Amino acid sequence: MSGIGVVVFPGSNCEHDMVWALEALGAETHLVWHRDTDLSGLDGVVLPGGFAHGDYLRTGAIARFSPVMAPVAEMAESGKPVVGICNGFQILCEAQILAGALIANRDLRFICRPVEIEVVDTDTVLTSAAEPGAVLTIPLNSYEGQHCDPDGTARVVARYVEDVNGSQNLAAAVANARGNVVGIMPHPERASEEILGSADGRILLESLVASSVGSRT
Amino acid sequence: MKVTVHIERRPVIADPEGATIARSLADLGYDDVSTVRTGRTFHLEVVGDDPEHIRKRVTEMCETLLANPVIEDYEVAVEP
Repeated sequence: MSGIGVVVFPGSNCEHDMVWALEALGAETHLVWHRDTDLSGLDGVVLPGGFAHGDYLRTGAIARFSPVMAPVAEMAESGKPVVGICNGFQILCEAQILAGALIANRDLRFICRPVEIEVVDTDTVLTSAAEPGAVLTIPLNSYEGQHCDPDGTARVVARYVEDVNGSQNLAAAVANARGNVVGIMPHPERASEEILGSADGRILLESLVASSVGSRT
Repeated sequence: MKVTVHIERRPVIADPEGATIARSLADLGYDDVSTVRTGRTFHLEVVGDDPEHIRKRVTEMCETLLANPVIEDYEVAVEP
């Protein structure tokens, strides 16, 4: 198995959108069940949006112990691209693969609208093809979207142009130190074709596809 | 044995729900309330009769699953 894995947790709901968007870019893509533990051969992995395990306890708190998370952590450790979108970002924070945590939006409202984000770091697997300073319009769709980082260690990759949800440092996307693990709250796969209202997310997915191919050993 | 686990956000972490409740209390005339912090409580029944052992086990559960130590503090009380 090669290509990019898209993990399906019970309650994931963006996995098919992600597969569609990645395949439109020519990437070989596989859905991976959350109980699978063999990700050998995959060049990268995406944790998609949704409500994994019902988001019970805290968003991502149960999902981080799904069996698939052990090989996901190994891929992260080995430098392979690991990207979490929305709920996937929450899971990566709960797993402490990314710094900080996501809590309810400042105004306690579910936010479901396109937002502008500015790419401030292009040295990551999700932003390598973007221009520094690029402003992208991408749909945000979350209640627990406020990123907080009490230890101040998160590496901010993209910032909200306006303060939409109270996130510390306006963080819309953060990465690990190496830049191979990125979590992003807005959904690039929902902005991957003009017919969706914006194709601004494509540059991020193109970065992921190129980084995945580039990570082959 | 019965064990109570109380979990609250660390003081440095915003609690928008608590802040909204505080504003609502003030609207109702309870303007002597300066702060509200929300939390959640878990009631566990744990097999065994060694309170110290149980406390240690439940603390471990808090660190791994029940709380997120990045943003939350917890208190474990084992009922005698």
